[in-house]
Amino acid sequence: MEAKIALAGNPNSGKTSLFNELTGARQHVGNYPGVTVEKKEGTCVYNGHKMHIVDLPGTYSLTAYSEEEVVARDFLVNEKPDVVIDIVDASNLERNLYLAVQFLEMGVSMCIALNMIDVAKNRGIEIDAEKLSILLGVPVVPTIARTGEGKKDLISAAAKMVQGGKRKGFLEISYGDDLDKAILEMEKEIRANDFLTDTYHARWIALKYLENDKQILLKGQESNPSLSARLEKMVEKVSLHLEKTLNTYPEAMIADQRYGYINSIIKQGVIQQEHGQSRLYMSDKIDKVVTNRFLGPIIMIAILMALYQFTFTYSEAPVGWFESFFGWLGDAASTHLPDGLLKSLVVSGVIDGVGGVLGFVPLIMFMFFGIALLEDSGYLARVAFMLDRVFRIFGLHGSSVMAYIVSGGIAGGCAVPGVMATRTLKSPRERLATLLTVPFMNCGAKLPVFALLIAAFFAENEAEIMLIITLIAWLGALFVAKFLRLTIIKGESSPFVMELPPYRLPTFKGLAIHTWERTWQYIKKAGTVILGISIILWAMMTFPGLPDSRFQEFENMRETVKVAAGTAVIQELEASGEDTEFSQEAQDLKSRLADINSVEAEEGLRNSVAGRMGIALESVSKWAGFDWRTNIALVGGFAAKEVVISALGTAYSLGEVDPEESESLSETLAQTPGWSPLVALSLIIFTIFYAPCFVTVVMIVKESGSWKWGIFSMVFNTALALVLAALVFQVGSAMGILGG
Amino acid sequence: MTRLNMREMQENQSGIVTAVRVGGELGRRIRDMGLVPGTTIKIQGRAPLNDPVALRVKGFTLTLRNNEADHIEVEVE
Repeated sequence: MEAKIALAGNPNSGKTSLFNELTGARQHVGNYPGVTVEKKEGTCVYNGHKMHIVDLPGTYSLTAYSEEEVVARDFLVNEKPDVVIDIVDASNLERNLYLAVQFLEMGVSMCIALNMIDVAKNRGIEIDAEKLSILLGVPVVPTIARTGEGKKDLISAAAKMVQGGKRKGFLEISYGDDLDKAILEMEKEIRANDFLTDTYHARWIALKYLENDKQILLKGQESNPSLSARLEKMVEKVSLHLEKTLNTYPEAMIADQRYGYINSIIKQGVIQQEHGQSRLYMSDKIDKVVTNRFLGPIIMIAILMALYQFTFTYSEAPVGWFESFFGWLGDAASTHLPDGLLKSLVVSGVIDGVGGVLGFVPLIMFMFFGIALLEDSGYLARVAFMLDRVFRIFGLHGSSVMAYIVSGGIAGGCAVPGVMATRTLKSPRERLATLLTVPFMNCGAKLPVFALLIAAFFAENEAEIMLIITLIAWLGALFVAKFLRLTIIKGESSPFVMELPPYRLPTFKGLAIHTWERTWQYIKKAGTVILGISIILWAMMTFPGLPDSRFQEFENMRETVKVAAGTAVIQELEASGEDTEFSQEAQDLKSRLADINSVEAEEGLRNSVAGRMGIALESVSKWAGFDWRTNIALVGGFAAKEVVISALGTAYSLGEVDPEESESLSETLAQTPGWSPLVALSLIIFTIFYAPCFVTVVMIVKESGSWKWGIFSMVFNTALALVLAALVFQVGSAMGILGG
Repeated sequence: MTRLNMREMQENQSGIVTAVRVGGELGRRIRDMGLVPGTTIKIQGRAPLNDPVALRVKGFTLTLRNNEADHIEVEVE
């Protein structure tokens, strides 16, 4: 037998643990079509039955207000799973049954996993599963998802339901005389006209009309406008009546009656509770300290700093291994491939590009492990709770803080995991505003650029300038978020109404699966889109190359120098290994050849597409004080921000400049006319705000679900950066400060 | 017995919800989480900046912003 089973339930009910427990490592993560809601699938073999299990998004209800709820509902209607397993938190039965009741109203064949019975027992709550099963008319299986207890009973109950055929019948609750009467009338009309009944059940359609459900109303208006209008009229009539007599609305009445129904079931001896509901549990006692007015913020700062330390300190070594591996690979390719375009493509395009991207992998793994730890333990919800007041001012949500910090809110993060971290945000507008503004934070790749400019122009005030840079990034991000929320992402703030789940010790298995999923998604992107873009960027900085005649001139120059030095010296240079001590003559020759190569590289870059862009952009960039060399470097910075340094090095004919050791470059800049502290400041401002690197752009596209936002972030951020940098440069020049 | 707005409640004060006067998404969210008339609630605490508020309802902890609590009418002793 093969069966399709859907897992549903409230957030924090242990749904993910149960899914992991049932499917093990046989999981597949994707997205529901057209939305950014994650779709997890897996299989479970039991007694020779193959069960295909789909993990529906965790929801509290089945309305059309949130993407998750619509996705869950559509899945049930369109994919028609054989059984829905509703995971119900036994320590929180009443609210969890609210969703169960809605499934029964829809008429899905359902089986309840009464989860976390151990937690309930600890809290002095005893639940009579058998009685609950009889009263609701569905199987109820006690489980403890974290340990896997009850897993087999649950699967066999589900298998039995599949074999027994679909449960017919729908739960009919009385919603009060007025609504019941209206529902009956509406049902009659719906049945008589076969209105949407091929997909939905007539009474359910009437219910959704009364609940003013946008999705069903829209479908109804499309399929039969006149009948839909008639139904809406009927709803209006009963609404007016309810408002006059009871001062309430149909959707409120329906919710009240659902809870009333649940209450009536629970009161029939389903629950034995030792203590009152308002008793303080361990979790509440922890909260008394952790969200305390004075201690709370201090503890929060400490925990966030610890997460940061953990991620960036411990990932340093594996990131280094990746770097040296790709460095070795690049060297190996350099020695074995013949000189020419192919070598340049493989080394600079493919290996450097993919290597740069895969270099982030350990960082992402550590970061997501840390975030999963905070999320699964329940602490993340407390962070949102404590910081919401601040972030709300800027049209964001308390949960936004995580993404900002990861991206470099404490200088040195990375916007790639930062953008991915916005997933913990459930409010769509706040989430979009967050993920579009996190790239302003000072990621680890921008830091060498700042370090270079500070060393060259502000060496005495290093610490102050770094602090100012961090503040500018935060203020910029928050104000841009506010601006976006007032303009293109306009709309009321999403309700904060949120559960503070009890603190729980996360399981290692859960954390590992979570971490691996995120990392694998990133790696898959790196192998496809990112490789492509990396090759395009390489081509832009390479082609069209120098004309043959010019190349020949450089060749001649090299020849002349070599001939002047004599054959003996050339032989010494060519025969040498890496550690050979050269004679004075050989060293001279080597540095002369390197000088010629550098000048050639500079000319080549200048002649390339990127170089021509840089020269063309001078007419605009001069407002901010940048010449074509800076422009090329900034174009290169789109590949990765630290490329700014190596590209500047090439543009100033310094040959290869290592971002970590850029003293020679900073000396050159400090002495070059056209540069001044003011230009440096303007460039710092520009670097903070301009287009995110392409890896971040790709992640923005993925997380927002549309290329539109990726393009927006490139265009808008660059325009903003140019305006701000030009403002700094022009005002500074006019006032004659900082050498401008 | 007095009726007041949830925002006006003190820490550790209990009460019974008498009405939720808001529709749309916010009203739906509030009701989904079990804040329906007749439900007993207890204020558990407030965030460091006094907003949002955390309360105990049906055995779990719920948080909402003060301006969301404004729509909820509570009867207290």
